[in-house]
This record gives sequence, C-alpha cells and structure tokens, in this order.
Amino acid sequence: MKKTFSERTALITGILLAVLGSLLPCLWFVLTSLKSQIQVEAIPPHWWPDGSLAFYQSALVDHQLLNYVWNSVIVASATTVIALVIATPAAYALARLRLTGTAWILGGLLCVAMFPPIVIAGPVWQILERMGGLNTHWGLVLPYVALTLPLAVWILATFFKELPPELEEAARIDGCTAWQALCKVILPLAAPGLFTAAIVTFIYAWNEFFFALLILTDPDQQTLPVGIALFQGEFTMPWGEIAAASVIATAPLLIVVLLCQRGIISGLSAGAVKE
Amino acid sequence: MTTPSSDQTTGWIMVLPALACIAVFSLYPAMDSFFLSLYRLYVSLPGLETSFIGFGNYEQLFRDPVAHQAFLTTLGFVILSTTFELLLGTGIALVIHERFKGRGWVRGSVLIPWAIPTVVASQMWRFLANDQYGAINFVLFGDRVNAYVPWLADPWTAFGVIVMVDVWKTSSFVGLLVLAGLQVIPDGIYDAARIDGATAWQRFWHITLPLLKPALLAALLFRTIDAFRVFDLIFVMTQGGPGDATQVIQFYGYKTLFTEGRVGYGTTISVTVFVATLILSLLYLLTVGSKLLERERA
Repeated sequence: MKKTFSERTALITGILLAVLGSLLPCLWFVLTSLKSQIQVEAIPPHWWPDGSLAFYQSALVDHQLLNYVWNSVIVASATTVIALVIATPAAYALARLRLTGTAWILGGLLCVAMFPPIVIAGPVWQILERMGGLNTHWGLVLPYVALTLPLAVWILATFFKELPPELEEAARIDGCTAWQALCKVILPLAAPGLFTAAIVTFIYAWNEFFFALLILTDPDQQTLPVGIALFQGEFTMPWGEIAAASVIATAPLLIVVLLCQRGIISGLSAGAVKE
Repeated sequence: MTTPSSDQTTGWIMVLPALACIAVFSLYPAMDSFFLSLYRLYVSLPGLETSFIGFGNYEQLFRDPVAHQAFLTTLGFVILSTTFELLLGTGIALVIHERFKGRGWVRGSVLIPWAIPTVVASQMWRFLANDQYGAINFVLFGDRVNAYVPWLADPWTAFGVIVMVDVWKTSSFVGLLVLAGLQVIPDGIYDAARIDGATAWQRFWHITLPLLKPALLAALLFRTIDAFRVFDLIFVMTQGGPGDATQVIQFYGYKTLFTEGRVGYGTTISVTVFVATLILSLLYLLTVGSKLLERERA
C-alpha cells in the first residue's frame, strides 16, 4: 500500500538519524587519523584534515601495529576454524538425530553463554598456567572456542532444522551413515549458515578484550584490542596514532559487515525470537 | 524416520567434543570459582595461610560500602542503558523493516557500531568527549573554549557518557532482535487496520507493540545480562573514575581479583554477580515462558 506524505517524512527522518548517528562519530575518528599532530591538538578542533598519513606510519612503525594485527589474525582464524569444526557435528546431531536430552543440551548451552567472563576467568587462568598456556596464542584460543561454541551451535542447529529433510532421508535410505549424510548432503547446503556462524565467531574473537588482557601480558603476543586499550604515548595521549590504529583494526571488519549484513542479521536473530 | 540406536551413539560422539570443551573451560571454572570464594586466599602474599572460611567472604561483601556503591552504580547503568537501548532499538527496527531503495546499505551502516571492537568504540568516544580536543564540546560550544566541559572528569557527566556509549554501541543489536520479531507479523493485519482508518501511531500501539512482546522480552533479557558484565568500556574510558563514579561491580571484582590479588574475595564478588544475573534470567524466562504457554492454550 502507498505511504502517506507524513509517513514518508517520518521514514526518511528515521533513516537519516539512524545512519548519521551510527556513522558520524566514527567519521570524526577517521578524520582524526588523517590529521597532523598540530591539527589534533588545535583548540577549538579543526574539522577537515590535511590528509597526512603520519599517524598511520607512526602506528605501524613506532608502535608495531602489524604485530598486533598478525596476533589477532592468528587467534581469530584459529578460533573460528576450531569452533566450527567442533560445533558443526554437534549442531547436526542436536538438529537431526533426535538425541535424548536435546532440549536440555540446547537450554544448557544458552545458560553457559550467559556466564559473566569474570566468573570463569580466574580458574581458566590457573588451568592455562598449569598447561603453560599463558602468553601463548593457543592459550587464548582454547577459552575462546569454549565461549563461542554455544552461539555457533545455536546458529547452526537453527539453520540445519530449516533445511528440507527429504534429501537427507533419501541418502540415509540409500545406506549413508549419519556422518556421510552430514558431509555429503547437509554441509554443501549449509554454506550460508556456516558462513554466518563463522563471521559471528570471528568478530567475537577479533574484538574480545577481557581474556586477552589477562592471558597475554607479553606485548609481542598481544591482540589488537589489548594493544589499542593500552596504547601509551611518552608524555600525552597519542590520539592520532590511536585513531589510525583503530581504523586499521576495524576496517576489515566493517567491509565484512557491509557485504554480509543479510547473513549476520538472519543468523543473530536465529533462535532468539523465532519459535 | 525412525532413529536407529546407532544414530544415538553417533549423535553423542558428534556432541561430545563441544560438551567437553565447554565443561573444561566454562562449567568447571564456574564451579571452581564458587569453591575459591569460600577461602581466604591472596596471590601476592604467599606467607599468609590459605584458610577455609565458609561464607565469610560473602559476609564481608554484605558489609563492604565500596561494593554497595558499585552495586548501585551497576544497577543504575543496567536500568538506564537497557531502557534507552530498547527504545532506540525498536526505532531502528521499525526503520530498517520498511522497504526502500538502499535498505541493505542502511542496515549495514546501522550494524557498524555493533561490529566495532568495544575497545575501539571506547577510545573513540573518550576522544570525542575530550575536554580540549573533543568533538562533543566543539559541536555544542563551537569557538567558546571557556565553556568546554571536561565530561569524563565530573562524576555525573562521566556516568552519563558511559551510558550513552553503551547505548550507541548496542542499540543496533536490540534493533536486530526486534526486526526478527517484526518479520513474523503478517502484512495483512496492517492493511486491514489501514482500511479501517487506523493512524500509523494507532497501528503501532495496538498491533505492532503487543505482537512484539516476545522479541522485546528476549532483547531485554540479553541486554540486561550483558549490561551487568560491562567491563571493556569502563576499563578504557574511566578505569572506574572519577572517584568511584563509574566503578561497576564487574570492574571492582576485576580490580580485587587481578590487581590486588585477593582471590577469595574477588571471586566472591564475581560469583555474586553471576548469581544475580542467573536469578534475573530465570525470572525473565519464567515470565516469557508462561506468556508463551498462555498463548498455546488460547
């Protein structure tokens, strides 16, 4: 049905408010990263930057930002791959194999996802200390996998349930085992679901700060959020460098979000509201 | 299709790695924390003996004025931020649910605050709220430098900034949950109401809102639990200051546990936060659950 004039006005206002409110604060930080030191310290501030890349150079060279980027890439990729490899069969079994106690397991997963990190942080630290996992990437990946599994299993299980059962039943009648049905029939169809679960897991691991702060005290091992949170200058806050580092840390994520918003939106709302 | 018993075995083999991983790195640590909270235990003072003191730490927490203040601060933060997030999130959902050209881009840009690392968002707003170089002062006061406000140095404005940044960061997540709720409402209802002459506001108030209840409750649940464990934001923006104005219970627990090394007392704080969120989520689930049951019966 056609919208009335006032409804159109309200919609356009809403769109503008939502987009500008989300983007303008970020834009200011992006502009800051392109300023010179003199411009950043100008009072009142300057709107438009000189277009200097000095802060990027300083962040990358003096503060060794690439090292943090590399640590984050390793930790986030390893977490995503391991979490998906573990979560996929679990989600398939919970969605399709009619295990006794499925409802309890799914409910329990939801409960575990609500644990405050600080409750498990102390004992996790002790476990890793005994295993020699402090200040190592795998020592961070292990708890990340455990923390992202509940959500990954939920997203995948919801997705598997929506796939038509006929193909798989035909495969089973032809003598496929459950594993073969999963690998040959379900997985090729489930690519979008896997993709969503992967993005959500990756974003979690890329952004996580609390465990990274506790487990990685050696600057050579630290991930981007820790690096950016603990960014220190010699005398003053290095706002320009922090802004440049933030842009570098966030840009890959934003490209993924803009390209994949459809998958993220359907994945995140899976299980939360749909009955 | 019947489930052969071999499927049960295979099924459990498929589930087991996930359950084992969660058991070792979530369940066991949570239980261990509870046991640790029953001891007097310091990391930094190995000379002091570790001793079992039952619920002594909990008694101390009950009488600790700093903890009371932190709990009140947390409560204020949770109530204010979730309220604004639900309001703004519903607004966002209504906007991105409409059909218009470029909707994908609008949805993508609304998701950006959610996708940015909290640490980055916190540094960004810390700079925006800076007393000298910040954009907020510039936008409000322009060249009148004398009027510039040190937002993060005053207890009340610092608390307000913290709430605002959390709202900015997570309203879009609420928007997504509410959007999912909007998508299951059939369009036909609205067309019928329009023909009967209902205004946009009446349609929202009498049709949309009642049907959104499950989605809104789910969003409320997620946001409350998440707001209770706010940490990154406080760590980067204020470190709990000025004074103790933004010291939420989670940050107090972190300081006690990891900076001061008072393991017993620190875990007591964290376990208390845990139990509080658990009770809250049970309450929500009971109300949501009973609502769903009522609907089934009707």
